[in-house]
Amino acid sequence: MEKLKYALFTGCTAKQSTPEQMMSTMAVADKLGIELIELTEASCCGASHLQDYDDFLSVVLNARNIAYAEKHGLTMVTICNTCQLNSAMTKHRLDNDAELKARVNEKLAEVGLEYKGTSNVTHFLYAIIDDFGLDKLKEMVVTPLSQFNIAPFYGCHNIRPSELQNETHNSKENPYNPTSLDDLIIACGGKTVDYEQKNKCCGFHVELQAPHTAAVLTGNAIAGAMDGNADWMVTPCPLCHLKLDTQTAHASEAIGRDVELPVLHMQQMVGLALGCTPAELGLNHHLAKVDFV
Amino acid sequence: MSTHKITTQQVNFKVFRFNADEDYLPYYENYDMEVTSEEVVLDILNRIKWDHDGSFSYRRSCRHGICGACAIKVNGRSTLACKESMNDMIKLFGNELTIEPLSKKRAIKDMIIDKADFWEKHDAVTPYLVADIDENPESENLISPEDAEKLDEADLCIQCGACHYACPAVEINEDFFGPAAFAAAYRFSADVRDNAASRLVDVNEEKQGVWDCVKCFECAEACPKEINPIGKITKLHQMAFQEGIAKNNVAVRHAVGFEKSIKKNGILDEGGLVLYSEGPAIVKHIPVAFRMFIKGKIVPPWGLTKSENLDEIQKLVKSSSTAKF
Ligand code: SF4
Ligand code: SF4
Ligand code: SF4
Ligand code: FES
Repeated sequence: MEKLKYALFTGCTAKQSTPEQMMSTMAVADKLGIELIELTEASCCGASHLQDYDDFLSVVLNARNIAYAEKHGLTMVTICNTCQLNSAMTKHRLDNDAELKARVNEKLAEVGLEYKGTSNVTHFLYAIIDDFGLDKLKEMVVTPLSQFNIAPFYGCHNIRPSELQNETHNSKENPYNPTSLDDLIIACGGKTVDYEQKNKCCGFHVELQAPHTAAVLTGNAIAGAMDGNADWMVTPCPLCHLKLDTQTAHASEAIGRDVELPVLHMQQMVGLALGCTPAELGLNHHLAKVDFV
Repeated sequence: MSTHKITTQQVNFKVFRFNADEDYLPYYENYDMEVTSEEVVLDILNRIKWDHDGSFSYRRSCRHGICGACAIKVNGRSTLACKESMNDMIKLFGNELTIEPLSKKRAIKDMIIDKADFWEKHDAVTPYLVADIDENPESENLISPEDAEKLDEADLCIQCGACHYACPAVEINEDFFGPAAFAAAYRFSADVRDNAASRLVDVNEEKQGVWDCVKCFECAEACPKEINPIGKITKLHQMAFQEGIAKNNVAVRHAVGFEKSIKKNGILDEGGLVLYSEGPAIVKHIPVAFRMFIKGKIVPPWGLTKSENLDEIQKLVKSSSTAKF
């Protein structure tokens, strides 16, 4: 197989509050022989908030990010659900609205760029499943995670709106019964935990403006995983990770029950199965105790 | 002439049963049925009632996807029973299907729920045109096709409640208006004939308003009319800025703060955004921030790696900005 190569849109979180996500992404890509060209020119995607204020600006900035991936002639890979949603939504709108595309390109021309629509935008999770293949991953596992019950937490912005999301990858996901992350857990040798909140929202985006709603959602999610006997949770979204890992005190208070579980990035889980060390995966950067390794 | 082949399949239905007058707790009844590829979910509800248990209760009226009465959930997915093909449900979920009302905690009898909260919230957004129109006009009060486009199909809502009862923010905050009410608020506020100023103000209130939407897209997924209620919520946010009624509160500053941060660094300065959004109230985040700092999860502003070609980003922010606060 030809070496897989992508343009990596890291998003802002991996560069700040989840350094372990950046480390584990690179470690796993290295093990799998996937080449990632980092889009260091990229700006923030607006995190699904900028468009509430200025929709056109949000489209222009996301189009600029994708234009850089196009310049490399590569598929853009995201490692954050919300980056994925904003980038894919922008792409969808531009590819289906010639008038908008022309207006956006008029702006991009001012800085010598053009959005063509030639690069796909997909999340690293689906790049691993669709392009690399879980069978091949399975063969490379050196430390199967067989003694662990692992609760997948999908995160809204990878599975909804499903019509948009399913445009970006081959393995079709049913938002009411998603399977990609479960399949990845199984490929790593782990046992999956089925629980009601696995495809629900963690509340991250209203943490500041509706703290009670946000805390209840976080609390319910961790509680659901705990009741399903999970040893830890795993997520493809650094924002979900932040919410579930760092906000346990508020969450426990909001639902009247102490909740806490280790929450791993999907890259950290894959890394463990492939034999990376905890230090390589940045497991020391978590707030909730990670004491199972 | 092509012949259409009707196929049959065996399906196990697990059906929610509850009678608020008699039962302390709900229970599930199992029905094994042969299902043909021609049937819709409503056919199954009918057959349960006609062939198995005459007391089984559900709502339906138009049977054409117009009245919104028959909305229920199949395996957690909202659907109009009269429109949803059984074939599609089996394709999506297999041969074990769970049939439930839109909201279990509001169940009165089987599929029938108390929708009072839905209607109250709908009512609260003035869901009609407020306009000075001559009671006996000479001609119709029409709008142009371009102006009709602005409604963005929000006028197709049939008030089925599917989005409302799929919304986690509604479940947690009982004041939150919910996606259907917001879609209605948008539908009338976007109408050029309307001049109800209070509606937009109401939906921007902190207790019930649009800024508490958690952005989960459950409503977009649930809506059988593909109205995309969260898209309307986004438009209501934008309208608040356009009309100059956006309040100077944490939610509004949080949206505006992204532009400021991008203009400065290209990438987001996470700490800076929280500081700008919260103002002095940032002190409440200090305990968690301290723990994050210890674990190497906070980058100070001077340690931030700005985006490369930042001048491009700054130029674009300047030339492409369309909003003001
Ligand atoms: S689960 Fe949370 S962080 Fe993840 S996409 Fe949804 S709201 Fe955002
Ligand atoms: S996106 Fe907003 S309105 Fe829609 S279901 Fe989620 S919280 Fe409710
Ligand atoms: S917006 Fe859609 S789901 Fe919500 S009440 Fe209207 S038709 Fe039903
Ligand atoms: S019976 Fe009217 S919408 Fe289904």
